[in-house]
Amino acid sequence: MTFADSQPQLQSSHDIAESWRKVVARRRMYTGLGLLVLFIGFVGSVRFADESNAGHFFDRLPHLFDFLSWLVPKDWSDVWRALFDIASPNDKGGQEFNFDRGRVYIWGDFYIPEYFELMIITFNVALVSTIIGFIFAVPLSFMAARNLTPSNPLRIAVKRFMEFLRAFPEIVIAGLFSAILSIGPIAAIIAISLHCIGALGKLFYEVIENVDMRSDEGMRSVGASWLERVRFAALPQVLPNFMSYALLRLEINVRASTIIGAVGGGGIGEELKLSISRGFGAKTLALVLLLFVTIFAVDQFSAWLRRRLVGENAFLLKH
Amino acid sequence: MTFIDASQAESIQERYPEVFQRSFFKRFAPLLMVISLFLYGIYAVWFFEIPKAISEGHWERVGIYLSQWVSYDVQAEFRLEGDTITPKYPRFSPLGNDPNPDWVKQNSDRTMTVEIRGPSRAVTFSDTEATLTAHGETVRVELSGGKPTVSGNIPSWVSVYDEDVVADMGFAGEVRVEADRVKIRKRFLGWANFIFDPQSPFFGKSMGEVISLVTTGPQIEPGRSNLALAGDNFLNNGEWQHGDVWVKLLQTIIMAFLGTILGAVVSFPLAFLAARNITSSRFVNQSFKRFFDFLRSVDMLIWALFFTRAFGPGPLAGSAAIFLTETGTLGKIYSEGLENIDDKPREGVQSTGANHVLVQRYGVMPQVVPVMISQTLYQWESNIRGATIIGAVGAGGIGLKLWEAMRTNKNWENVAYMVLLILLVVFIFDSISNALRSRLIGKPQH
Repeated sequence: MTFADSQPQLQSSHDIAESWRKVVARRRMYTGLGLLVLFIGFVGSVRFADESNAGHFFDRLPHLFDFLSWLVPKDWSDVWRALFDIASPNDKGGQEFNFDRGRVYIWGDFYIPEYFELMIITFNVALVSTIIGFIFAVPLSFMAARNLTPSNPLRIAVKRFMEFLRAFPEIVIAGLFSAILSIGPIAAIIAISLHCIGALGKLFYEVIENVDMRSDEGMRSVGASWLERVRFAALPQVLPNFMSYALLRLEINVRASTIIGAVGGGGIGEELKLSISRGFGAKTLALVLLLFVTIFAVDQFSAWLRRRLVGENAFLLKH
Repeated sequence: MTFIDASQAESIQERYPEVFQRSFFKRFAPLLMVISLFLYGIYAVWFFEIPKAISEGHWERVGIYLSQWVSYDVQAEFRLEGDTITPKYPRFSPLGNDPNPDWVKQNSDRTMTVEIRGPSRAVTFSDTEATLTAHGETVRVELSGGKPTVSGNIPSWVSVYDEDVVADMGFAGEVRVEADRVKIRKRFLGWANFIFDPQSPFFGKSMGEVISLVTTGPQIEPGRSNLALAGDNFLNNGEWQHGDVWVKLLQTIIMAFLGTILGAVVSFPLAFLAARNITSSRFVNQSFKRFFDFLRSVDMLIWALFFTRAFGPGPLAGSAAIFLTETGTLGKIYSEGLENIDDKPREGVQSTGANHVLVQRYGVMPQVVPVMISQTLYQWESNIRGATIIGAVGAGGIGLKLWEAMRTNKNWENVAYMVLLILLVVFIFDSISNALRSRLIGKPQH
């Protein structure tokens, strides 16, 4: 290489540096503008939320921990009594300490404490809805996947249908069915299942679109029907991922069924809402404890099982 | 095509024993799972008493409620006193205060005809008799005897009771004939008075009339422009409450926005502490991970109920609840994202002698920021749905309004309106965040 050759190259590397600087400057400007828009939006939102709230942020801030005063029970063992339905010496006939009223007798003197029974209802709602969601989402997702769909118009229709199910507010379905079937957990099951079909279906078809198509080609080459291709080529590849997503959905559904319970679906959510609104400290703590332990246990169990099914960090948590 | 003989088959079996002799559990796992699912299904049917609930369900309400989503009914009563027939409409009739609908016809022979659906489903009545027409049949109801009586055979759409005769005219409505009055329920497709309610001076006017009033007409209310009056009448429509619904919807969006962005800002630095490849102390990693788990496990509902008590009902409580839950969720997602990064860029930056903060800024951030932003957008979307629900327990937003509209079991058309708005908002945010995501990650999303 001669000196004369390197001269234009030096110039061009100067040009490269210059244009690189320009690109960086423009990107910085966009980032800065984005952050500014975000900041303005944030300040505006805070002011809007503060104005339309019943109590204002800075007025209420000193009282933020007031609820601790009613939450802390006079007698800490009341929390255990509330949890296990043991009669409390503080019981003066009101609703605050009538722990032994709610016992659900199973066999002779053996009983399930009321809150455990409610937790079982809430958990069963979540489990049944996840199973129903899974059963319906699997065939729908095969119809909606680009690479395995039987026909393209069907794929679009199924995709839109699942989008609709996902976006439809759960409480409306719960409200409609509690007006028809009377208030209770069945309305919650229907509401959560329908949402679950949409949510699982989307995750599922994304998994299916990423399968290795060579096994499908093999099945096709021997003249397999659509059902056989799905069953023998795709399903073995995607089933671990499906199970893993279903477990993730189970975690979400336990929370959802608690919330739907609070707005009239029965179960532990309703009891918690009542107990907080009436200011029953011991009962509230017992319910929060039970709910916390259950959700924590479900989360940890499903995380463990998912690790066994699809390995460490195979995907990120998605709703 | 080649065939394999027995010895070849055996040798294949010998080479791949794990395929041909699988353990008992592996072979029967699918069957066992199907059986346990089936048993659990039976248990669930028993546990929730599903057959009982289904048999006791008010299934006839399904049609009524669903038809109320897209239609409304008008009720009218016709008093039969001697020769005069006086129509009466309820006070808050969707027809306004002084209705004179064209489906009520005064005939020349002192009778009156009310068309439920055109002339083919109608009732004609005087003070002595009523004639019901529907499904190509005509039924005469005699009124002179002090109570309504039907002579001849009674078709299935007419039910005769002691005090009244009820004719079911399907979706179009119902006619109830009593001795001294005829009650009508007529159903119209659509949403009644969606723009102006009967109290508004613009009520019952056509689009053209309203536009000409607004632009050139004389001031209806002194000291106030017609445009301002029309806008005010629209937003404060007594039946639809557009202004209130929109503000509540905005509250829901803002709750989700505030909660998500605050959660992102707080969990971002904490995620670096929780990621085990970035902070080497196991104790710090684990304690932050457990802290995130705690925030997630306490659950949005519990936080919402507590903050509703602390701040009073409103979007502030909802934002705070979403913020705490979201800190946990995003903290978990971010730290998992950080643990999945490629270590080589970090080592490269480290080898230049950069300090700890600079290593994170140039070695880690470029890898994780697009993924983080895309996950945050996902969370925002899902929080808009979450905020709708926790609103129903008093945490602000459209949830409570939706819940109240449903509880009365009468305002299903308002429910439909709000659901439509929510769907619209969710779809808009869905496409915005999809567009942003595909620009950030660089590959087209679905």
